[in-house]
Amino acid sequence: METLLTQLTHLISIGKINAHSPYPPDMRGQPGAAEITAQALAEGFTPADILDKGLLPGMNIIGEKFSQGQAFIANMLISAQAMNAAMEHLRPFFESGEIQSRGTIILGTVQGDLHDIGKNLVKMIMKGDGWDVVDLGTDVHSHDFVEAVKTHPDACVGMSALLTTTMLNMKAVTDSLRDNDPATKIFIGGAPVSAAFAEEIGADGYFRDPYGLARSLRTN
Amino acid sequence: MAPYKKLSITSPNELVFGTAPFPVTCGQGLVIGGGLVYPEINFTLPTMLINEANWKQVLTHYHAICERVLLRAKKMGIPGLVIEFEQLPDMTMNPALGGEITALIRKHLDDFHAETAIPTALRVTVVDLRDADQPPLLRTGSNWEATRQAFVLSAQAGADILSIESVGGKEVHDQALLYADLPGIIASLGILGHADVSWLWQQISSICKEYQIIPGGDTACGFSNTSMQLAGQGMIPSSLAALDRAASAPRSLAAFENGAVGPSKDCAYEGPIIKAIAGVPISMEGRSSCCAHFSPLGNIAGAAADLWSNESVQNINLLSGSAPEAFMELLAYDCRLFNVAHGQDAMNYRNLLVKSDAWLSPEALMLEPETVIGLARAIVKEEGGYQQTLAAVWKAYEAIVEAIHLQHMPLTPPDRAWLEMVPLALEGVPSDEQNAVDYLVSTYGDHFSLDSYGL
Repeated sequence: METLLTQLTHLISIGKINAHSPYPPDMRGQPGAAEITAQALAEGFTPADILDKGLLPGMNIIGEKFSQGQAFIANMLISAQAMNAAMEHLRPFFESGEIQSRGTIILGTVQGDLHDIGKNLVKMIMKGDGWDVVDLGTDVHSHDFVEAVKTHPDACVGMSALLTTTMLNMKAVTDSLRDNDPATKIFIGGAPVSAAFAEEIGADGYFRDPYGLARSLRTN
Repeated sequence: MAPYKKLSITSPNELVFGTAPFPVTCGQGLVIGGGLVYPEINFTLPTMLINEANWKQVLTHYHAICERVLLRAKKMGIPGLVIEFEQLPDMTMNPALGGEITALIRKHLDDFHAETAIPTALRVTVVDLRDADQPPLLRTGSNWEATRQAFVLSAQAGADILSIESVGGKEVHDQALLYADLPGIIASLGILGHADVSWLWQQISSICKEYQIIPGGDTACGFSNTSMQLAGQGMIPSSLAALDRAASAPRSLAAFENGAVGPSKDCAYEGPIIKAIAGVPISMEGRSSCCAHFSPLGNIAGAAADLWSNESVQNINLLSGSAPEAFMELLAYDCRLFNVAHGQDAMNYRNLLVKSDAWLSPEALMLEPETVIGLARAIVKEEGGYQQTLAAVWKAYEAIVEAIHLQHMPLTPPDRAWLEMVPLALEGVPSDEQNAVDYLVSTYGDHFSLDSYGL
């Protein structure tokens, strides 16, 4: 019985989405994460075990490979797609409350900043890691971050900036979010910012790549 | 203007710094591409917000930068100078702000010229705001209108050259790049990017014609420089970044097919390919732009440069003085060396620049003169942006494989594994443009609108 979960872990780690997916090329036509998840449910595995012992360990494997320079972001994203395909089969159990999503993260680039590839990358990785993502887009004002947190009270906030003339807006967003709820977890990223800057503005953390954020949120 | 069907520079030995087949005269009589390499200095604010409350402080910074940079330029005895004022988003969102700084720099350059008789030119690069809409509207709406207005006000305020880092197709390219999806990368650049650059440069050229100034050129900065930075962080294969560079050349070339005359933008590392095809002078940045970003091509970038840039540096203090002043000196020394070499043994110096980088990374290889001419030939043989882009990627792939075998170019095992899959991926690329459009719509249809591209 355990072999199905082990198989799922492997399929997620190599990014095999379903039987129709062309990647990896040597596995064309073979069942992927979607089919094996359905099979596991049919054979009586609990949704929680499928998620915690099958799917998420697969994301861990590819994430660690990425951290060690043995895989690229595309590998992580394809694994995330496989994860999403598997999660479609688990969706009814999320809706019934039998299993819980990891949580919600609100993302946006700060006011005045239109550079969003980093933010979009975080979005894709976090979704693949089982988070609900609220993407506020680019050039997001403080009050829009606050309004989003009011709508999703337990959500974390991730914001990015690429310019030295916009990074200071992170301070204004952090202050507004703290005024609204001091407990909101706030994370920052982007070329000109750093862990020291995160500390200076009162954010909870800085991550140089999206996997660092995902890994940190898993363990905290 | 009709698409280029032949090369302006046919031999790798004719692709050299300082000299372009079609020099551009601009500003106060500055001839770019006529034999000498000139510094193109670029600078930006230190870490600070731009708002009404501190606008005077912003202006004070630009005043101080101009004073220090021009003082250093005079002391270094430079033969000519381009200042690039690269607007920050707030300055294009409110075009009057960008216009005010343009006028400020213009005044400094005019005073400098009156005092020294050194020819100068002012390039203004506005921010392409058009991708703020999701999906981007590109040809209509308030963001295009602000971008267009920024060009007009910059021209009125004294710009000599207009440029942009345009972003049409980026909304798809970003997605395709992260998935290392070659069909998506090729179609986003060769169809969407090419269509947008063609349209956009007709608009920019029209403004330049009205104000009798120079339509400079574009850059694939938002595309293949993003790739280069992601590759530098190990997020994507460096060979993918190199293929992306080659793929970006036809879309940047489209600016020159629609009115641009050069100098191309400094961060357009596809510039040598464009110079080989269009014969226009190019601006390049390399080791002296490490104040703004790292790269694997610091020396080779200079091999065909007509302007030599530092990309951008914050107005902060260093031990020697202000950072813009320090980088002015650095550029001046670099250009002095270029120009001494030009008078003695240009090819020897060019070859040293090339050999010191070319075989160490796929990205640097894309700037190697024989590779450049090969890419340029592959592009002009084809009709239309899509086929040109596809041909450029195949040619770039062949060059990388050859460099691995003949020059022992180092690649990490994951990078090499990815490169080995490229032929299979390229064989799966739609062979005609309509099928490629269908692929884009079916795969990335949520991210873009065909209407925005006139398709």
